[in-house]
Amino acid sequence: MDWVGIFSSALSDMIGPFAAIYALAAVGLNLHFGYTGLLNFGQVAFMLVGAYGVGVAVVTFSLSLWWGILVAILASVVVALILGIPTLRLRGDYLAIATIAAGEVLRLFFNSTYTEPVTNGAFGLGPTNNEFNALNPIPNGTYQLGPFQYTSSALWVMLVTWSLVALACVLVFLLMRSPWGRVLRSVREDELAARSLGKSVYGYKLQSLVLGGVLGGLAGVMYTMDISTQFPNNFDPKVTFYLWVIMTLGGAGRIIGPVVGAVIFWFLFSFLGAFLGELFPGANTGAARIAIVGLILMLLMVFRPAGILGDPEEMRLEVR
Amino acid sequence: MRSADRNPGPRAGATAAQSESVDESIAQERERVLHHEQEQDLAASAAAQALASVAAEPGSSKPDPILVAKKVSRRFGGLLAVDVEHLEVQRGTLTALIGPNGAGKSTFFNVVSGFDKPTSGTWRFNGREMAGLSANRIARLGMVRTFQLTKALTRMTALENMMLGATDQLGEHFLPSLIRPLWRAQDKQIEVRADNLLEHFNLAHMRDQFAGTMSGGQRKLLEMARAMMVQPDLLMLDEPMAGVNPALTQSLLGHIQALRDGGTTVILVEHDMDVIMSISDWIVCFAEGRVIAEGRPDDIRSNQAVVDAYLGSQRALPRKQEE
Repeated sequence: MDWVGIFSSALSDMIGPFAAIYALAAVGLNLHFGYTGLLNFGQVAFMLVGAYGVGVAVVTFSLSLWWGILVAILASVVVALILGIPTLRLRGDYLAIATIAAGEVLRLFFNSTYTEPVTNGAFGLGPTNNEFNALNPIPNGTYQLGPFQYTSSALWVMLVTWSLVALACVLVFLLMRSPWGRVLRSVREDELAARSLGKSVYGYKLQSLVLGGVLGGLAGVMYTMDISTQFPNNFDPKVTFYLWVIMTLGGAGRIIGPVVGAVIFWFLFSFLGAFLGELFPGANTGAARIAIVGLILMLLMVFRPAGILGDPEEMRLEVR
Repeated sequence: MRSADRNPGPRAGATAAQSESVDESIAQERERVLHHEQEQDLAASAAAQALASVAAEPGSSKPDPILVAKKVSRRFGGLLAVDVEHLEVQRGTLTALIGPNGAGKSTFFNVVSGFDKPTSGTWRFNGREMAGLSANRIARLGMVRTFQLTKALTRMTALENMMLGATDQLGEHFLPSLIRPLWRAQDKQIEVRADNLLEHFNLAHMRDQFAGTMSGGQRKLLEMARAMMVQPDLLMLDEPMAGVNPALTQSLLGHIQALRDGGTTVILVEHDMDVIMSISDWIVCFAEGRVIAEGRPDDIRSNQAVVDAYLGSQRALPRKQEE
């Protein structure tokens, strides 16, 4: 068995473009669930409109990358408002239902022949990253440092995305140490109590949904910068569930929890893929890989429900 | 106390010190209550005087009402849970709402505080129309309520619980919150106020503990203290004594009276008759959604409608066969 190859790919993916993209989207999800208590089961919807916002602007309408990013951000805001305005006054479950449905509806809508003139439907939209690659300051080629191995374009995506992740973490840190963050956490703990103290709970939930949604949208932008040609089916509900695994793995309600979670998740995910591939050559091991990730999540819930950075004592207080 | 927490000595020693400090705090408490009693009598008599000329009948008008409810009703399907023709609450008094279970006291509370929508009716608070305003808006205007089942924000510290209560915080707006110098001074002021109130409610030692680690009684105190951070004109306490041990009840009562003496109007829902008779300036009795009686404690004690409401239905029940 090629252990060197397995570990090389696992370690490379651990901090690779996908880990960075998922970390960015998970920071947004953490703002939703970890700090505000919003049950968002459709973070992938924000990634989809982010990716298609930039994709449609750049490919279909030949706008510049910067306009595309603006469109992506605006699209995320609009989706957040459409999902939030009707549901955030209601009990938390309604947002969960609306988001999980929205993700699927958007995926099918972008996949349909009806939208094909704009989205190119199931044939895929691309290339979306020409302008992004033109900005790449790293000379062409493949770079290797120990087990880590990347192409120059992957490095460029990593550099930009990890920078965005760092900025997002700083933003969340600044927000959470402020009175604004205090209100957000009070909404997570008990909405009625926050309202009885004069806080506009609805407004704060909407702000949180929009901000976390924009982070998801930016993750979508970076995703399409990485893969270049995107298909609506790239944005299936699995992505959202990976994000939930990442957030709970790292520790919900911890600033760098999603980052730690993304790094560990992608190491495990990549390791399992390469390992199972070596173990059963030629077999389709994709499902087994996902099943094992599910098993790991279950064990995590049993033995460390607060995640790696979370405080188990604090977790226990949740029982009212 | 806090340094002792951080550096705990041998267990026996710590326990001794703890019980000592408990004794001490009880002694201090008594001192304070005694010291307070004279003032309290004055405030109580002021409130009593203001109500002296008020007729003890449902819907009677008060000289200086802080809250006036008119034809407030709330219907749940076929059940008319609240049907208040007219109710006024005198400013600066401690008014108790009593009545059998299901009489509509809590529903009335929910409606008036904006947590439930009335089927019909209006109410004015401080001369201002309140119907249709959101609960958070009503709270900011100075009518703050607590809940029957305490709502401590469990994964936030006692201090954070308190500081949340302060209104008009610049740092609670999205963009200013990112720039600490803008709100830091205000936050410090709020912290000082929160510490003072925690001290006052004997919770200073829990300052940096998660509210979730507190006992039921401490949570009641915290919720009351937190409500006071809003600086309300009217504080509405929904069963503040429920689930609190008798020793702490006395201390809670003292706190509630002190709030009244400090100028806050207090409305409370309570079941314990002894408690109500001893502390209230005015009592409003609900039954089947309506106000059936109101008056001073002495009026209520001798009121036939109240006696019927509490005992009549029981009397009408067939006697149980002896086993």
